[in-house]
Amino acid sequence: SYAADIISTVEFNHSGELLATGDKGGRVVIFQQEQENKTPSHSRGEYNVYSTFQSHEPEFDYLKSLEIEEKINKIRWLPQKNAAQFLLSTNDKTIKLWKISERDKRPEGYNLKEEDGRYRDPTTVTTLRVPVFRPMDLMVEASPRRIFANAHTYHINSISINSDYETYLSADDLRINLWHLEITDRSFNIVDIKPANMEELTEVITAAEFHPNSCNTFVYSSSKGTIRLCDMRASALCDRHSKLFEEPEDPSNRSFFSEIISSISDVKFSHSGRYMMTRDYLSVKIWDLNMENRPVETYQVHEYLRSKLCSLYENDCIFDKFECCWNGSDSIVMTGSYNNFFRMFDRNTKRDITLEASRENNKPRTVLKPRKVCASGKRKKDEISVDSLDFNKKILHTAWHPKENIIAVATTNNLYIFQDKMN
Amino acid sequence: QEKEAVTPERAEEAKLKAKYPSLGHKPGGSDFLMKRLQKGQKYFDSGDYNMAKAKMKNKQLPSAGPDKNLVTGDHIPTPQDLPQRKSSLVTSKLAG
Repeated sequence: SYAADIISTVEFNHSGELLATGDKGGRVVIFQQEQENKTPSHSRGEYNVYSTFQSHEPEFDYLKSLEIEEKINKIRWLPQKNAAQFLLSTNDKTIKLWKISERDKRPEGYNLKEEDGRYRDPTTVTTLRVPVFRPMDLMVEASPRRIFANAHTYHINSISINSDYETYLSADDLRINLWHLEITDRSFNIVDIKPANMEELTEVITAAEFHPNSCNTFVYSSSKGTIRLCDMRASALCDRHSKLFEEPEDPSNRSFFSEIISSISDVKFSHSGRYMMTRDYLSVKIWDLNMENRPVETYQVHEYLRSKLCSLYENDCIFDKFECCWNGSDSIVMTGSYNNFFRMFDRNTKRDITLEASRENNKPRTVLKPRKVCASGKRKKDEISVDSLDFNKKILHTAWHPKENIIAVATTNNLYIFQDKMN
Repeated sequence: QEKEAVTPERAEEAKLKAKYPSLGHKPGGSDFLMKRLQKGQKYFDSGDYNMAKAKMKNKQLPSAGPDKNLVTGDHIPTPQDLPQRKSSLVTSKLAG
């Protein structure tokens, strides 16, 4: 299979009807859920391909001798305002606003043109008719409406649309910029952590997101495990944070790996806006925005990897960037792991489950079987030992439908959509 | 006397240091992050290329070394030496 097929981002739109994926080859594939009246009452609609287009192309920056990958790092949907859908997609350097619109009728019966578009000889026209719209097979067209370029020296890791639906932020390793969706030739720099002397660089920005309700508030996470909350009303440049979230480290536990595994790979606000979730290499943490000194909940994703850090450092897996997501009611959080496993944590019952996304082990329309990894000692039947895990099969990207119990899980180059069993 | 229990992380650290004794003490420091910031850097330098071309007008051009993929040093890189960019026209498997 093609390396270009590697899925690099997955995102439901605000209604959950559409699911967008971006891949390493710069393409976007959008799936649409089947409408309700077409599905049997005991299951929700299936997702079928709705539109596919090339969002970004590879580029070479000759001035800096830099190859710019076409890989789509993030997709974010705008809320729907009219018949068309809009999304932002970004690679390392350039953000694009795409309009996806449907065409299901076309005009027919022109007086001066044949049906195939050729012009008729006007002298042959003896009667006049009124052209009418006739139905045609649905055509979904994607067109780039805005291109936001040349604002990032470093690699873009996040984009986030503000709750005002007019502005959005884009974050790279060292800077965060604020854009207006209508304006492409200008952006405002709101965070800059580049040191005057690059030798003093100790920390980079790993993710950023706007608060879901407060249009003046955003957060950004760092490679040192900290999250900074900033208020744009405080000053034009938000280098000084309003809040700093950091869990104190146990100095006796410090090792060569401590900082690397504390690096936050994803940060997501809860839908309510009261909490935020961070993902570091081994765990998921829930933070109450009112409490900066420690998370309120911590969930171990794959603690058994702590005794494998040496080999995970050697094969670079320790640098894998896992994402995380909330369900619609903020009661369950989900994140990926290795061996095509993904994990869900129920915040209320404190129960967790490990499931596998793979064709060999799951027949369609059957309930997924919970998995268990045996860390050490005697392996029980149906358990998988840590040493048998396939570290090339990583689930980095997952998404949860905003309203229903439908999840999208991306393995290296396959997309799985699972739904809750309905009675 | 009781020996202090070694945490799994410290045990892994010892393993790594045994394999790579020259490993620095600041893994999150400058070198490591600089490498991350420089992702995508290629060795082709169009400035060097054009300067060298001008200088070399009367001299014999050095031929490519045995490893044609390694474009550095005295060898004058050409755009053809860069790894081929793949075509982006292949349809995604997901849409197939």
